[in-house]
Formats: sequence, structure tokens, C-alpha cells
Amino acid sequence: MIAAEPLFRAEGLSKRYGGVIALDRADLTVHPGRIHAILGENGAGKSTLIKLMVGVVAPDEGRMTLGGREVAFGNPSAANDAGIVCIFQELSLIPDLSVADNIMISRPPTRLGMIDRRAQRRIAEDALERAGAGDIHPRALVKDLPLSRRQMVEIAKALSRRPKILILDEATSALTASDVTKVFEVLKRLRSEGLALLYISHRMHEIAELADDCSVFRNGRRISTFAAGTKTDAEVIELMIGREYKHAFPDKPVRRADGRPPSLQCRGLGWGNRLKDISFSLHAGEIIGLGGLDGQGQRELLLALFGVLRDISGDILIDGDKVAIDSPVAAKSERIGLALIPEDRKTEGLMLPMSVRDNLSAAAFDRFARFGIIDRQRQSALIDEMIRLIEIKTASPDLPVSALSGGNQQKVVIAKWLMNKPRIILLNDPTRGIDVGTKQEIYRLLRRLADDGAAILLYSTDYDELIGCCDRVLVMYDGAVRRELAGAEITERALVSSALNVDDSARAEASPA
Amino acid sequence: MTEWRYWLAEQRGTLLAIGIFVAMFLIYATNHPAGFSANMVQTASNKATLLAFVAMAQAIVVITAGIDLSVGMILTLTNCLASWIVVGTATETALGVLGVLGTGLVCGMINGAIVIFGRLQPIVTTIATGAMYYGIALMLRPNPGGSVNETLADALTGRLFGVLPTSLVALAAAALLIWVPYSRSVIGRAAFATGSSEVAAYMSGAPIRAAKFAAYTLAGLLSAVGGLFLTFFSYTGEAAYASGNAYTLFSIAAVVLGGVSLMGGRGSAIGAIFGALAFRTIGDLLFVFDFDPLWQPLFQGLVLMLAVSIGAFGLLRVRNRLEWFG
Repeated sequence: MIAAEPLFRAEGLSKRYGGVIALDRADLTVHPGRIHAILGENGAGKSTLIKLMVGVVAPDEGRMTLGGREVAFGNPSAANDAGIVCIFQELSLIPDLSVADNIMISRPPTRLGMIDRRAQRRIAEDALERAGAGDIHPRALVKDLPLSRRQMVEIAKALSRRPKILILDEATSALTASDVTKVFEVLKRLRSEGLALLYISHRMHEIAELADDCSVFRNGRRISTFAAGTKTDAEVIELMIGREYKHAFPDKPVRRADGRPPSLQCRGLGWGNRLKDISFSLHAGEIIGLGGLDGQGQRELLLALFGVLRDISGDILIDGDKVAIDSPVAAKSERIGLALIPEDRKTEGLMLPMSVRDNLSAAAFDRFARFGIIDRQRQSALIDEMIRLIEIKTASPDLPVSALSGGNQQKVVIAKWLMNKPRIILLNDPTRGIDVGTKQEIYRLLRRLADDGAAILLYSTDYDELIGCCDRVLVMYDGAVRRELAGAEITERALVSSALNVDDSARAEASPA
Repeated sequence: MTEWRYWLAEQRGTLLAIGIFVAMFLIYATNHPAGFSANMVQTASNKATLLAFVAMAQAIVVITAGIDLSVGMILTLTNCLASWIVVGTATETALGVLGVLGTGLVCGMINGAIVIFGRLQPIVTTIATGAMYYGIALMLRPNPGGSVNETLADALTGRLFGVLPTSLVALAAAALLIWVPYSRSVIGRAAFATGSSEVAAYMSGAPIRAAKFAAYTLAGLLSAVGGLFLTFFSYTGEAAYASGNAYTLFSIAAVVLGGVSLMGGRGSAIGAIFGALAFRTIGDLLFVFDFDPLWQPLFQGLVLMLAVSIGAFGLLRVRNRLEWFG
């Protein structure tokens, strides 16, 4: 396909996390002087591949060669020294250090054992200039810079290391349009200087403009590699989707309008530039899905509804009445009746060393306390009932939650909030990292709750789940609802293409974001 | 012009500490019954130097987002040791001083090694090692006693050229010879990076372990310098439990007053020195205004509370309430 000798080659790379296979005998060949785009859905294995390439995690099996020689990296600095540098999404900058310190963090110029700050500053200014960000002051603290500037510092930092392979993992996602133009010029210049660039992005028009080669990943494997421009957007999306398994989902009932106001309604909800003009209505008995790629504002939307974010613009209406939800305590009050089932059950959802009983009680003390004192009998009765209802598999309610399986832990999180009998349930990717059997139980539970009159807003990164579980799906992109899909419109193709912000009416040229 | 602004932003915590100290010291000096004199400065600086050394030690560890609750006990241990070995001829005394400093260094290395390789939380580790160091101190000096080379002691607690307190010069020397090179070295910067964001520091390939090890080791060394000076002031060694603990707690207070963030990544040992000086001056202020000494703890607490509150103003601007807990 390409004549030149490959610079980097990965063969048969695999990586498992517990029972989940993140990368399954994947391979990749990278050539110097070319920009290679990597495409794939959430969880297709792209980030795992990158982490293996830059030594953040070690592969379970497989081998990598760089310039013909086999390599294995124990840590990121070893990979950097070998010439593989990755630009992560703002992960590697140190907030309390200056821009110059950050750029030269691993190998600063020294004189008499001390950092030569004058030389460091010169190199930093040069690197910023090369990255097209000469306007950033090298003495500014990183934490004082807006996100898009930080990303430029990240790029300058990578360039100062003189890499052979430069990996950009969603590196443009936080950039403003004028920065993107500058970065593209920089990337094209680097390509002409003989660098190999791996470009991971969900923005199809960026890939169309930049890439020479494209590789599509799916289910932890490389599915196809082709020269950029030889396939239409529709064909690329076709390659990205297509699953090997389907879940069984409970039937969706046909909803009839009953004339009652929606349980939850948003009008023009906004928060800084992270949420933009979001409006929707959620009725009792309905499950609405939140779709889109990771990090397009779904999490912020749930937090905003739950009263965690400050300075929100727009209106939230509960049963047709305007309300101000200014804390989680207000959100779960009887009048509003919200519950948020958080994404990271280990930190936000559960107190791991405490018992199932204590965890279930944590959000619902006022249901079985009288004058501030817990009524033990009532507590036990309610908890036993809940454990039966949700089918939590535990030998006793007094076992610590940490002793349960991941699926059962997640059930405890859900049960904890059901103790309050919420009327509106927000879920943040509740089935991530859970076995298939428990997933099915959670789907059935959600549908049962909806049938009993709850209104459910479900954020999921799993397209199957959105298709199988939801009556309607709001697809988010860049903090706004890009598209609303209902009923039979909810297809994998529609979800993926609106998540990527492309029209799914099979055209090659993408719409500008 | 902008250069100036960035410098100001970098040094804000330290400058604030200097400001607080200067203001308090001026009030103290102008109201002192004997007036502003070299004698008064000497007494004040001798009292404050001990805490200043321990505060420097604490600052270096706190910058890595750790904490060292054994600094006071290292001070006590080295005080007891010094009362045995810093005696005799000039050569013997010199060897004794080296022995005391070496002991502090080893204590710090033990702390660092346990925190890094044992992966224990600094707070627990240093409570445990602190108790051990105190135990050794008690074995060295079951009862207060011992002696010290008085020529050296008097030289280091007296005045240079009749005006400058020697203890203050020693403090400045320690800051210049230990803190300045450390903070400008690759290791020192890695220490700041680790304290600010350990994950990011790791991803950037900064020497995290070396930085933490260096921080605890230097803390041990500086605490030993403090122990040495304690011996020079008191001429004896005493395994005093309450005073060791007080030094540890006051060192944390001094660090906070000195503009060092307890979350790590921000601050300087210079700031901590001025924090310590300011903290000591609070007590002296009560003395010149003829307050009952019973008021001192309450008053010290109030001033500390005020100073810490200044640092918390940033939380008022938080837009995501979850950041309150970050």
C-alpha cells in the first residue's frame, strides 16, 4: 500500500481489564511523514492502544517495534525518550507550575545542578512559537489559562521533546476555531518534516482535511485501514458500527398523552460554555436517553439538574412549576423528588467499607427517622424490602459493599436512591463495566420504574442500550442537544452520525462544526 | 510591566506572610517598653528561629502534598543527642554537630522511604515514626540534663558585629544554601509538580519518588538544625513530649500563615519562615500589651483562623459545587 519503510508496527496487542477485553489482538502500522487518523466508537479500543504505545499500561500480549527494533515501555518517560509522545486531553499539565516549567518538566536545561531559567524560557518561547501559540506568556500559571490555551501548551510541550511519532488524542476538542486552524498548519508542517502523526478525533471534517491514512477500530480490533478520501462518511460509519451481540430489552409500551404537565422540563438551560440552550420535556412513565460521545456535556446536564452547578441560566420546571434547585438536598426533597445515580460508583455513589444497610440508608434517613433518631425496625423492614425488590445478592445487609460484585454494587447505588421513592431518576451511565446478566436486570428494573410512574433520564455510552431502553434519545454534541430521535428513528446509524455531528444522509463532505 | 505582574502572582503567598510579619513586628517593636533595640531583636529572633527551622522542614514536605508530623520529635531527639555529643574540643564538637545533623537526615530518610515504598499515608507514617523518635530521645535523656559546647552555643545565639542576631543569620544561610538550590533544581520542581497533580507529574515523566524522598530527607535535616539550636539556647537536652508536639502543630500553622497550600504544589519555605516569625510575634504582642498570658492560645488561634480564611476566598467563586470537596 505504501512503499516507505514503516516507522512503528504493533502486532497482536491485547489488553484486558478484569473480564473486559479492551484490546483484542490489534495491529497497527505507522509510516513517517504521514498523518494517520484512528476512528472508532466509545470503547472501541483506541485509548487503550495509545496507552500501550506510550507506556501508561503494559500489554498482556503482543509486540511493538519502533524503527525495526522491538520496544517495551515501562513508563511514559521511557516512551518519550524513544520518540513517542502523546498529547492527552489536559491530563499531563501541572496546574500550579508556569507554562515554561510545564513545557520543560521532564528535561529542563540546567547549570550547576540548578534549572537554567533563562535558557528554559528561551526554549519554551521557541516551542510555543512552533506550536503557533506565541501569545501565551511563559510565566503564566497553567491553572490561570482557559482550556483552549492549555491545550496549546500541551502541544508545545510535546514538540519540545522532538518526537518521531506524535499522537494527538482528541487534542482539538477544547480548541477554538482559530486555534484549530493554527494547529492544523503546525501539524502539516511537522508532517513535511518527516514526523509520523497519529490523529484521534471524532470530528469527521478534521479528518477529511488532515489525514493521509485512516484506520477504523471496533470491539478492540483494527477492522480496516484505507487511504483518506477513498470512503464516504456513511461508509466509515458503517465500518465503525456493527456489533457482535444484542441485548434482550423489555418491550416499550406505547405512551398516550394524558394532558398532565411533564414531570421535568428544561427551557434554554445553559452553564458557561459547557451547556448551551438545552430544552426538553420528560413525562412520567417515559425513559429518555442522553446520547453522544463521551464528554459532550451529558454529565454536566445531569449535575445541573441535580443542583450541583452554580450560575445556571434558563428554567427548570417540575410538574409545570418553575423551581430553583440549588443543592442536592433541594433536588431530593419531596416536592421535587429527583435522584441522581452517579457514574463513578466507587467514589460518588458508595461508601465502600460501610455495610449494605448503611449505604442504602445514606440518602433516605428521614424516611425512617423520627425526631432525628433512626427507627431500627423500620429501617430493617424497608431495607429488606428493597434488597428483595432489586435482587441484590448479598448474604446479609451487614456485609461491606466492597465485598459485593461490581454488578451488585451498582444495584446498591440504584437501590439507595429508590429508598427515597424518587419521581424523576437521572442515571449516569449505570451499566458501565457491569456483566451482561446484571445489565438485563437493570433494564427490566428501569422499565418497571417507568411503568410505575417514574420519569427517567438515562445517559449511556452504549448505543445498544439507548436503542433498546429509551422511548426518545437526545444526542448531545459540544454542550448542546444536536438531535432528538424518537421511536423507530433510534438506530445505530442515526446515533453515531449525529454523535459525530455529521448528516447521516450519506454524503462525503461533512458539515462544519 | 506584565513580567512584574507574573512575579507578583508567583510570590503572593510569601509576600503576604512577609507583610503580616512586618506589620505585627512593627506594632510589637513600637510598643515595647525598652523600645527598638539590638537586644530586643536578638531575643525575639532566638525565640522564633527554632520554629522557623521546623516550619521550613514542614513547608518542604507540604509542598509535595504530604505532611510530616514527626518534625517536632526529630527536633526533640536531636536536642537530646546534641546534649551528649556536641561537647569537648573543637574537633569533637564539629564531629558532634555532624552527628546530630546526620541523625536528622536519617530520620527524614526513614520517613521518606516508608511513604514511598511502603505506600503508607504520610500522616500515619510520621505519627508512628515520630513516636519512635521520641522513644529514642527518652532513652537518651530519661531526665533533663547534659551540656553543650558553650563557646559555640554563645557564638550562635549572640550577635554578629554587635547588631545582627547570629541565629537569624543562620536561618538566612539555611534558606539560601538549602531552600534556594532545592527549589530551583529538577528534583525540587518535581516536588512542586507532585504536590500540584501527581498524575500529571507521572504522565510527564517527572521524578516523583526522588522528589518525595528528597523532601522528607531535607525536612529531617532542617528539624535537626532546629534541635541543635534548641540545645544552644537551653544548654541542656530534654525529652519534652508536649513541647515536641507543639512544635509539630505550630509548624503546620506557620506553613499556612506563610502562604503554603496544604493541598500541595504552592508556596515557599521563605514564606514559612515568615509565617513562623509572625506566629511567634502574636505571643509577644500579648506580652507588650500586658495581657494575661492565659489569653495567648485563644488569641493565637483567632489570628490563625483569620489568616487561613484569606486563603479560602477562592472557594466563593467555584461554579461546580463538587469542586468544594476537591
